Amino acid sequence: MLDIKDLYCSIEGKAILKGLKLKVKAGEIHAIMGPNGAGKSTLAKVLAGHPAYTITRGEVTFKGQNLLELEPEERAHAGLFMSFQYPVEIPGVSNFLFLHTAYNVNRKARGEKELTAEEFAKYLNEKMALVDIKTEFKDRNLNEGFSGGEKKRNEILQLAVLQPSLAILDETDSGLDIDAMRVVASGVNHIMNKEMGLILITHYQRLLDYIKPDFVHVMIDGKIVQSGGPEMALQLEEKGYDWLEKSPDAEVVK
Amino acid sequence: MATESAIPKPREEYKYGFVTEVEMDSIPKGLNESVVRTISAKKEEPQFLLDFRLKAYKRWLEMKEPHWANITYPVIDYQNMCYYTAPKNKPKLNSLEEVDPAILKTFERLGIPLDEQKRLTNVAVDMVFDSVSIGTTFKKKLDDAGVVLCSISEAIKTHPELVEKYLGSVVPIGDNFYATLNSAVFSDGSFVYVPKGVISPMELSTYFRINDKETGQFERTLIIAEEDSFVSYLEGCTAPAFTTNQLHAAVVELIALDNAQIKYATVQNWYSGNPETGEGGVFNFVTKRGRCAGVNSKISWTQVEVGAAITWKYPSCILQGDNSVGEFYSVALTNGQMQADTGTKMIHIGKNTKSTVVSKGIAADTSHNSYRGLIKIGPKATGARNYTQCDSMLVGARCSANTFPYIEVGNATSQVEHEASTSKLNEDQLFYFMTRGISQENAVNMIVNGFCKEVIRELPLEFAVETQKLLSIKLENSVG
Repeated sequence: MLDIKDLYCSIEGKAILKGLKLKVKAGEIHAIMGPNGAGKSTLAKVLAGHPAYTITRGEVTFKGQNLLELEPEERAHAGLFMSFQYPVEIPGVSNFLFLHTAYNVNRKARGEKELTAEEFAKYLNEKMALVDIKTEFKDRNLNEGFSGGEKKRNEILQLAVLQPSLAILDETDSGLDIDAMRVVASGVNHIMNKEMGLILITHYQRLLDYIKPDFVHVMIDGKIVQSGGPEMALQLEEKGYDWLEKSPDAEVVK
Repeated sequence: MATESAIPKPREEYKYGFVTEVEMDSIPKGLNESVVRTISAKKEEPQFLLDFRLKAYKRWLEMKEPHWANITYPVIDYQNMCYYTAPKNKPKLNSLEEVDPAILKTFERLGIPLDEQKRLTNVAVDMVFDSVSIGTTFKKKLDDAGVVLCSISEAIKTHPELVEKYLGSVVPIGDNFYATLNSAVFSDGSFVYVPKGVISPMELSTYFRINDKETGQFERTLIIAEEDSFVSYLEGCTAPAFTTNQLHAAVVELIALDNAQIKYATVQNWYSGNPETGEGGVFNFVTKRGRCAGVNSKISWTQVEVGAAITWKYPSCILQGDNSVGEFYSVALTNGQMQADTGTKMIHIGKNTKSTVVSKGIAADTSHNSYRGLIKIGPKATGARNYTQCDSMLVGARCSANTFPYIEVGNATSQVEHEASTSKLNEDQLFYFMTRGISQENAVNMIVNGFCKEVIRELPLEFAVETQKLLSIKLENSVG
């Protein structure tokens, strides 16, 4: 589904990704872990098409298409979704209007029938129940005055509503207490299916107690230095990242 | 991203920038007492009006152009413009059939159809072309209700007692430089009279069109709502794209008697000049004021200011009657090199008077956008309340927004609240929408309309929809 080949990117002349490789197939959950500044969030933003980054080398194919040629909204239409680490607040735009608009533009781009506000309200209620969000969320302005946890849950609601084929969750667990994390994780588990790919970007192993990854990758200084099964996460929890940075496999560029 | 660099689209051009070829009757450029007398004579005015004009002219000679606003512009040469221009083929008293076809075509191009079948449903329109009223639609329906909507020139002939009583009663002759100039030389404008107990059966509106390059535009509007009446009025404005500046100095006076309510909305889209060079555009120096003269009366201003090179405008309310209410809802959008210094004055005189001010300023490109507002609560205005909310949104990094609030409170039982915020329409907000599949254009539209929601919902429906479109057209390609 997703194939990243030797990806290099920079922002304002500073290199961030330095030869990243990753393949994700339908039905797989990949966790990407790594220390601060490794480029994990950059990877998410680059895949979603953030205009501030310049791709200097490499290729990304998504469902057979050259992903890097697509505008951010075209990537969404193709089925890519990114959950933000820090979702922005939009005063005056109701959550309902935003979700309804987003849902319909994606349906339209795929040649599917758009839903009326009434039809969508029904659909949205089901999804809200799925991720355990109170219905009053609909009428609030998009992320405005939301607590950190509410913002993250709202991202997961968008994931549930838009039903993408590939979701990248950027530190969805950060800033959540254990109960909120459990709710978010259970939402993600409900949404995940065999046709879907999932990339979890996280600092800590604890999220992986609730969402079981098939693969764990360690990212250091712009590339993946080690990949393994779910057991690797526990190893990292115990030893930290230092041993990898010092291992001969890792090219440490200072 | 470097791999997908898009070629920026040019912004949609100002689509109202065309000029109509019409034979005009003009007097030579320049201003002196004889010009004032000529204007009055050409309009066959009664003595009281000539006296009014001459008094204003004498006052104006002693006044100085004000320069306290946060705007800069070249010196205006008041002797190098024309003070009277009218289409030669002017119809007598509103028979639209006699209007020069070129002018009728102009209004059709502007989306103001005059044809009975195509007219805006339930909106009566008075058309003003270069400050001269061309005609009014739905005359019959208004007559039946007893509502008067006509040009002020016509009202001077048909309702001289009302004009004499109220003209200059809200904006006095010597009020300010531009208003005084207007009092001396005003050409035409709209007049509305709603009798006691009458709820106007439809929206009333005036469409102002500047066509001439060298004529100053001095409209005068007077709206009188008698006891227990209600009227909703809307004005729209456009002008051709000239490389020189046109002066527009209008005066609007509203009077609401006991329990009367006036809603006044403006969608101002004068030509704002070349966005790159700053050349041309209308200088909009306007005095708008309403007097809530009666108890429980209410005046509500809603303005959408998206045009003009310079906007200097403070629609105000004098809350004289006890329990009277003043409202001001404003969206001011500046782009290119536009400058706006706009806001309101709420003067609380009566007991338990209330005012609400909601101002939304949006600045893009290299424009300057200032809110200036005065809340004045007199010693006798016990229990008065004001709530002001003043938000600015910056689009891009080269524009500026300022807020100048003035608050004067003369008694201890009043309550004044002021809230202000400044936000930035940024790449991250747009990116967020785009990652959800929403195009950048649609995202700007949703964000800006969300920002202005509280103001737009005060507009009549047709105009609310138009306004939303207008805002997104103006901000096209301003981001990123």
